[in-house]
Amino acid sequence: MARVKRKNKTSIPSKYILLALTGVCVLLMFGSFTFGWVSGPVGDAASYVFIPMQRGLTTVGNWISDKTYELANLKNVMKENEELKTQVDQLTDELNTQKLEQYDTEDLRALLALDEGYSEYNKVAASVIGKDAGNWFDTFLIDKGSNDGICEGMNVITGRGLAGIITEVGSNYAKVRAIIDDMSSVSGMVLSTSDNCMIKGDLQTMDERQMITFSNLKDTDNKVSVGDQVVTSYISSEYVQGLLIGYISEIHVNSNNLTKSGLISPVVDFEHVKHVLVITDLKTTTQDQEE
Amino acid sequence: MRRKITVFLIVLVCFLLQTTLFQSISFLTVAPNLLIIVTASFGFMRGKKEGMYIGLLCGVLVDIFYAQILGGYALLYMYIGYMNGFFRKLFFPEDFKLPMLLISASDFIYNFMIYFFLFLFRNRLDFPYYLSHVILPELVYTLLMMIVLYFIILKINRRLEEIERKRAAKFVS
Repeated sequence: MARVKRKNKTSIPSKYILLALTGVCVLLMFGSFTFGWVSGPVGDAASYVFIPMQRGLTTVGNWISDKTYELANLKNVMKENEELKTQVDQLTDELNTQKLEQYDTEDLRALLALDEGYSEYNKVAASVIGKDAGNWFDTFLIDKGSNDGICEGMNVITGRGLAGIITEVGSNYAKVRAIIDDMSSVSGMVLSTSDNCMIKGDLQTMDERQMITFSNLKDTDNKVSVGDQVVTSYISSEYVQGLLIGYISEIHVNSNNLTKSGLISPVVDFEHVKHVLVITDLKTTTQDQEE
Repeated sequence: MRRKITVFLIVLVCFLLQTTLFQSISFLTVAPNLLIIVTASFGFMRGKKEGMYIGLLCGVLVDIFYAQILGGYALLYMYIGYMNGFFRKLFFPEDFKLPMLLISASDFIYNFMIYFFLFLFRNRLDFPYYLSHVILPELVYTLLMMIVLYFIILKINRRLEEIERKRAAKFVS
């Protein structure tokens, strides 16, 4: 029957094409979910067309947003602000490194080799060229790829602290998942007490209060307080240790009375992130040494 | 061929604008969904098949550059294009209500599906919040952009159809 129909119409009915394409898509989803397929050569080919244009347009977009920003604020105030900001960045960076080093002198910490501040990591600078097409997730593209020695799993920072992690690499672009993305989770550590916690991005808290959540904090001595710095933990399998994530701004005890959770305000201004640094040192996990 | 190239260019421009310019000038941290406008418009203007292919193209682009797993957005956009094709018989270029309704519905369904599969399944249960803070703002912004973009697409489509008709007439004579 179908054959006769096809001969008469000389083209396949659209529902069969839809069905076939659905099959292909489902297969792709299954493949990328279970075997971690990435776009590979297709993505590379597409990137050669899109990346330069995205880069250009982002520059235009940045220019426009800068201009509107300038109009809203006085120009010199902004300049001063910028200067102060870089100073604050520098100082927080310094403070952070120093704090790390200070705590490191304690015996326990010496074992964990926490003395590597960010300055000791090798970094590559990159620009943000595009952001997620929807409003649900916070992923962005940067203009450096495997040609520049970037590979999957590298951490991305700004001058202030941790911004995200690279989840996919093309030859001249890389996909970064920000730590405020709803699917992101980072193993963090409160710097003052070195208690570990899980830091998860959350669209809702990020939207309402510009904050991300942390949970599973075991603070038995009740020493962690609002304003404490949170950095990436040494037990994290994906993030190198000691990168500043943010400051605790709210703590409450969970109903199990054992752990605490709350909110962290991230140090990176994700709304205006334009330039990032990629740490090219990968975290190498030695699972059997820990615990 | 001319149609294919034109449509590809429209999709390309919209994708680029959506991921770059509109992200940096987004207001209330929400950006409009231009690709939905393109997919849905071609769906109800040109029928199921073309809506489906254009949806697939849009989805594949989003998948390649921004998705965590491949195929998901392609599937979603493809079905939206296909579904809009059912309304081709009801579509008249002068009527603005149907396109508005269809594009709103498409954008809503698109975002609802994303919420359903990527948020609800991870125990993010506060649907009213996401509805009022992500879905509806995007809907409103998309509708605003539609006023501009839809007429451009309509005009391009009309021009293409004119050229195609002339060519067909030439072949006959």
